[in-house]
Amino acid sequence: MSDTASKAPVLAADGTPLKRSLNRALRVQKMRALALIAPLLLFVMLSFIMPIGDMLFRSVENQIVENTLPNATQELAKWDGSSEDLPPEPVFRALYHDMFLAAELKRHTRLGSRLNYESTGMSSLFRQSGRKLDDAGKDYRKLFLVVDEAWGDGATWQSVMGGAEGATPDAALVKAQKSQIYRLDGEAPRGQLDFAPSQDVSALLPLTAREYTAFAIVTSLIKKDDLAATKPFESLFVALADDLSTADLSGYDGPGADNLRALQASGLPTPNYTEIFGEMDKDWVNIETWRTIQIHAEPYTSGYFLNAVDMQKTPTGVEMQPEDRQVLITLFVRTMIMSLTIMFSCILLGYPIAWLLANLPMRQANVLMILVLLPFWTSLLVRTSAWKVMLQQQGVINDVLVWIGLVADDNRLILINNETGTIIAMTHILLPFMILPMYSVMQTINPTYLRAAKSLGATNWTAFWRVYFPQSIPGIGAGSILVFILSIGYYITPEIVGGTKGVFISNRIAYHISSSLNWGLAAALGTILLVAVLILYWAYDKIVGIDNVKLG
Amino acid sequence: MAASNSSDAFVEFERVQKSYDGETLVVKDLNLNIPKGEFLTMLGPSGSGKTTCLMMLAGFETATHGDIRLDGKSINNIPPHKRGIGMVFQNYALFPHMTIAENLAFPLEVRKIDKSDREAKVKRALEMVEMGDFGGRRPSQLSGGQQQRVALARALVFEPELVLMDEPLGALDKQLREKMQFEITDLAHNLGITTVYVTHDQTEALTMSDRVAVFDDGRIQQIAPPDQLYEEPENSFVAQFIGENNTMMGTIKEIKSGVALVELDGGEMIDAKPVNVSEVGARTRVSIRPERVEVDKSRLKPGAHTLKAEVLEFIYMGDIFRTRLRVAGNDEFIVKTRNAPDQRRMQPGEQIEIGWLPEDCRALEA
Ligand SMILES: Nc1ncnc2c1ncn2[C@@H]1O[C@H](COP(=O)(O)OP(=O)(O)OP(=O)(O)O)[C@@H](O)[C@H]1O
Ligand SMILES: [Mg+2]
Repeated sequence: MSDTASKAPVLAADGTPLKRSLNRALRVQKMRALALIAPLLLFVMLSFIMPIGDMLFRSVENQIVENTLPNATQELAKWDGSSEDLPPEPVFRALYHDMFLAAELKRHTRLGSRLNYESTGMSSLFRQSGRKLDDAGKDYRKLFLVVDEAWGDGATWQSVMGGAEGATPDAALVKAQKSQIYRLDGEAPRGQLDFAPSQDVSALLPLTAREYTAFAIVTSLIKKDDLAATKPFESLFVALADDLSTADLSGYDGPGADNLRALQASGLPTPNYTEIFGEMDKDWVNIETWRTIQIHAEPYTSGYFLNAVDMQKTPTGVEMQPEDRQVLITLFVRTMIMSLTIMFSCILLGYPIAWLLANLPMRQANVLMILVLLPFWTSLLVRTSAWKVMLQQQGVINDVLVWIGLVADDNRLILINNETGTIIAMTHILLPFMILPMYSVMQTINPTYLRAAKSLGATNWTAFWRVYFPQSIPGIGAGSILVFILSIGYYITPEIVGGTKGVFISNRIAYHISSSLNWGLAAALGTILLVAVLILYWAYDKIVGIDNVKLG
Repeated sequence: MAASNSSDAFVEFERVQKSYDGETLVVKDLNLNIPKGEFLTMLGPSGSGKTTCLMMLAGFETATHGDIRLDGKSINNIPPHKRGIGMVFQNYALFPHMTIAENLAFPLEVRKIDKSDREAKVKRALEMVEMGDFGGRRPSQLSGGQQQRVALARALVFEPELVLMDEPLGALDKQLREKMQFEITDLAHNLGITTVYVTHDQTEALTMSDRVAVFDDGRIQQIAPPDQLYEEPENSFVAQFIGENNTMMGTIKEIKSGVALVELDGGEMIDAKPVNVSEVGARTRVSIRPERVEVDKSRLKPGAHTLKAEVLEFIYMGDIFRTRLRVAGNDEFIVKTRNAPDQRRMQPGEQIEIGWLPEDCRALEA
């Protein structure tokens, strides 16, 4: 073939470029292969990728503050946290109404718990304040009822807020309040709301209209009660008093206009929200409380990750946590060191067993294999508990040591509820995961290599060390990765035999998931663990090469 | 039986027996002397104990009974790595995690030979097998034939006086095999090393060896130079095992001046050379090589016995013609004739008469 011809694309019999017709031919095959693995792919997606994605998301997600206190966070953003002044009145005003709504839906305590992770005392502050919010409202209610008994009646409120017959309803406000409640409650309010504030009223009494709309949604859509027959929120009295202190009612002639004028004329005190909160709890007038809320108000936060490495956010930047709260880094380091120790003890114990398995005659090897696999047939919990019995100070091992005379009776070894216990029990439990890959690799090593080495003049040891051992490294590598990754995330065994000094980071994660309910921190810890494993895997690939890992 | 006497023997097996399980003898009473520099091949069917003998010599198996001596010294209690015997394995056993050069340097390293010396020797050994450019490669990056050469070089690099090879060419194709057969014998002779070579390919055994020991059932059936083995098999096993053979059963009628008159089971009479039969009336297996059968009566000695035969099949094989005949009730009687201009091509169904020189037809024990 000439040069030019060889450079032109090769054509298939029908004249299309060979590459394209090859691709076309392969596509069908690929699609078929894909269809075959589709169920698996779906399963992996649902059971693996999505939970991990969810975990990654949770570790930075922090919308709870904004969702629970939407108006207050907005107002608070304008406040300079590093100043020595309390946030201005509008912040307290927004907080009062946000909190009231949240308390009605029993959501304020969740926010309290969330903020409690950052600063202790927040949880009780929110819980108690939620109860006391009514008090201020009740005071105003009394004043209202003095002016007109009708204000105690839900129907009065409904007709006032609904505006005159044929007034334009404020659909935008309804929509906005619905979405706020959706974000607060986590569930969209369903159904048709047979109430809408009129635009006139919402222009005249904006705060009241807003809060009444929220009240209407909560009452008729969530609690499914009759709006006219339900007692209005106490906060509505506060809101109306607030609105009336500035509203100009002179041009208003909607329903209840006279009643409103009478109220305005009755000399209601303008609500002082800062005072209201100050009376509820003096922590509300503590500037630190507000700093905490402001720092953790962003919808996405690095706070959980900072906490996971014993740091925290402060108005002046990122700082280490106080000494007494620094536990996690130590725990990470301990988890790593102990996992490495477990891995090395598994190598030391597992290598000779794997070697025997691979080199014994069939019959004996099978018996040994059963012994290796035997642990898999008993429950993990039972095996771990057995270790508890064995390792106690009055347990079998100590008894034997005392009996032999290696240990004095009054000086028995402490083998449990510390690192030693965890290392012993976990080495035992993870040993099969080391032996099996080692064994399957050793099985493929032809014994003639050893003979060849000896015939070339190597002693038994040299033959083993220079010829057999290097070929068994892929098995060690595979086993080590397996054992290390398994142990770094192990939970049950350290929980049972680890006491306080022998627990792993995973025990802390479990604690945050089931006891302290700090899922964000748990997710951040989990993410760090995942990243650490990936980094180690990458490093292993760089140093040893992942193709050197063989599971069989 | 042995061709050389024990005084100049380099390797000696004396009354060696071997049993793996304590019930059956895999090697039965082996006596073998190998002089220095000889290329000896152990040939035999599968399971006849060849590898076992080699392994005993190398030290990986211990003899159950008897004595193995190397250069006059008993090596029964010397561990393999101190025997200084080079060995080439059937699957080459090149260390996969080392480069070719490292593989070759290995026996030198364990002998604590210093680096510059080592490198020179490795280079020389690689060049000897024409693999000089491959030192940096891994065994898996070489073809079968190249691996074979490296294995050979590795077995020779520490200059052993004895090299053992267990079916080293078993995995190679025919052409490469023939090339390597030549190269191995050449090398062995040039370096003057004693070689014990195991194969079950008889052509290989015949072309390469100074002497061939034919094994069967744990015993040496015959040990002789190739030509003698082929032409003068001492028993019917060897006759049948080496080369192609036509055999017919019969009874000795008389033995006179080194020629036996045999009556075949079909009643025909033929002449044969008695080998390990001596009694008149004894049953015998006569054997004749296909290429020694004469189809042209004019070339036979006067008075020679002839047999009637019917041509069953004629196969053209290029250099030779292979004709299958029915002779004395035997349908598998093969005759090979040279493809010469004057050679007749027989037609199936044709009736012919065949005969042979009495010394080409051997009467063996039944
Ligand atoms: N390690 C062993 N344990 C038990 N029996 C064995 C062992 N090795 C070989 N044998 C038996 O010894 C006999 C001889 O085996 P050997 O390997 O010497 O045969 P061989 O002549 O080399 O055959 P081949 O041509 O197939 O390699 C066989 O019957 C075999 O089953
Ligand atoms: Mg063999």
